[in-house]
Amino acid sequence: MIIAVASGKGGTGKTTVASSLALVAAEKREVLFLDCDVEEPNGHIMLKPHWHKKETVRVPVPEINREKCTFCGTCAEVCAFHALVVLPQEVMLLPTMCHGCGGCWHFCPAGAISPGWREIGQVEEGSSGKIGFVHGRLNVGEAISPPLIQAVKERIRPGILNIIDAPPGTSCPVVRAVKGADFCLLVTEPTPFGLHDLELAYEMATGLGVPCGVAVNRSDGDDSSIRRFCHNNNIPLLFQLPQDREVARGYARGIPAIEVRPEWKEHFLALLAFLERGGYARCAN
Amino acid sequence: MRELVVLSGKGGTGKTTVCGNLAVLASNKVMADCDVDAANLYLLLDPVLKSSSPFYGLKKASINREKCMGCNLCLHLCRYDAIRPGFVVDPVLCEGCAICYHACPCGAVEMIEHLAGHLFLSDTRYGYLVHARLGIAEDNSGKLVAAVRKEARRLAEEEKKELIITDGPPGIGCPAISCLSGADLVLVVAEPTFSGSHDLERVLELAKHFGCRAAVCINKWDLEPENSHALESLCSRHSVPVVGYLPYDESVMEAVKSGRPVIQECSGSMKKGILALWGKLKTLLELR
Repeated sequence: MIIAVASGKGGTGKTTVASSLALVAAEKREVLFLDCDVEEPNGHIMLKPHWHKKETVRVPVPEINREKCTFCGTCAEVCAFHALVVLPQEVMLLPTMCHGCGGCWHFCPAGAISPGWREIGQVEEGSSGKIGFVHGRLNVGEAISPPLIQAVKERIRPGILNIIDAPPGTSCPVVRAVKGADFCLLVTEPTPFGLHDLELAYEMATGLGVPCGVAVNRSDGDDSSIRRFCHNNNIPLLFQLPQDREVARGYARGIPAIEVRPEWKEHFLALLAFLERGGYARCAN
Repeated sequence: MRELVVLSGKGGTGKTTVCGNLAVLASNKVMADCDVDAANLYLLLDPVLKSSSPFYGLKKASINREKCMGCNLCLHLCRYDAIRPGFVVDPVLCEGCAICYHACPCGAVEMIEHLAGHLFLSDTRYGYLVHARLGIAEDNSGKLVAAVRKEARRLAEEEKKELIITDGPPGIGCPAISCLSGADLVLVVAEPTFSGSHDLERVLELAKHFGCRAAVCINKWDLEPENSHALESLCSRHSVPVVGYLPYDESVMEAVKSGRPVIQECSGSMKKGILALWGKLKTLLELR
């Protein structure tokens, strides 16, 4: 089973919820935690894995043989991403603009371009107690994260509980992280920002055909706007975690929420029970 | 004219709250919201929409089945697995590279305009706000960020404003990169947590990578003063000044809940912190 934890708005508590869920679930079953927020991965700060393996992730990029190049300009013409500039005596590649589509090497009439590779980040694998752990780290300065997110997701293990910590937002990196999940848990906070971005995240997950449910974090007791949203869209409001300064301080020092508040475990046990009995399949409509 | 870009790396550290307060304090400026995935600044500024324009991303492929002879060349060439059986293009997976368009021997592939979002201009009691909404699941966030910044710049020039305040996206990827290139100052809003420190370092590296001057504001600094000291040492290692300290203040959530910039109703120490931050930013930006 693949559970994605997403939010739209950043900082609502995705990592807090995902890491607590992993810890509670690992008491009874095999769990793999996949941190797909490759721009700013933080799951390792909460779960403190021991690393076993590190692999470089590369994307295809043109390699230009200047001796064969006739500077005809075909490559720059076919490149939709403006990653190639051809001058009378020079070809320039802007590597971070390149999407690796292969148009330039396919169409070069002089056969001067061949596919090469460029590193965009690393996938690191390890374990934290009984929890398997994988995350990606995008190299600073790289613009395109989805291929790295894909590389993290290639480590998904069928037959066990896979928990994906998604990046914030609603555009391509989030889509890549959430696509193919069995269920998406949307973590929000009871503010206009939280609600606004919850609506967007819900639209994103629904567009991908992934059923979702909502968890409220930092609740001050007045979650009526979120409750209404869930009711109107017929999605379950699974649990509410109260605003708690001690939990915030624990988070600050890398201590998972359920270690600060063991009584919160019941929320995660209830969520696991909900997932187990396939509650999400019924709310998918 | 100067441009101040507010970034954070980690989400939810308080970029929009800080921007909302700067919007109240700064006169003679244009506001821009470049968090095009999840734009929130307008929720604080009570805007009146003045105009809206469509934003087109890269054209996407579409296959005309009448012309297609089923040679499979497009399927073979597409690196994004965007061509489904039956020669139907998946618009989410298609990145618009057009390799199929150029390669198709029967001219069956057309590249069609693709509406990827909207660009908005609104008036607020604190001045103009340029904002946008990227369509769900779109991949043109960097391009839309550039369009928002360009519009803000045009407007600021036309209206002879001395400052653009840009609320940026979280992360360090495509939209963040598009947001900071050419900015006069990047203000990074950081929080005193282990995650906040980890993420701050990556944003500071990003700013350095692109040759941008940076400054840091520590939000909720008193939540974990020890971690705040660690953020200070991190900043000094990167030769970046800490220009603001904002306290952990529950009235911030109240203010956000009621959709108002916090400075209008917060406690004394919060107000002082915001005023001091704005004073330092003015100096760094050489504003009057």
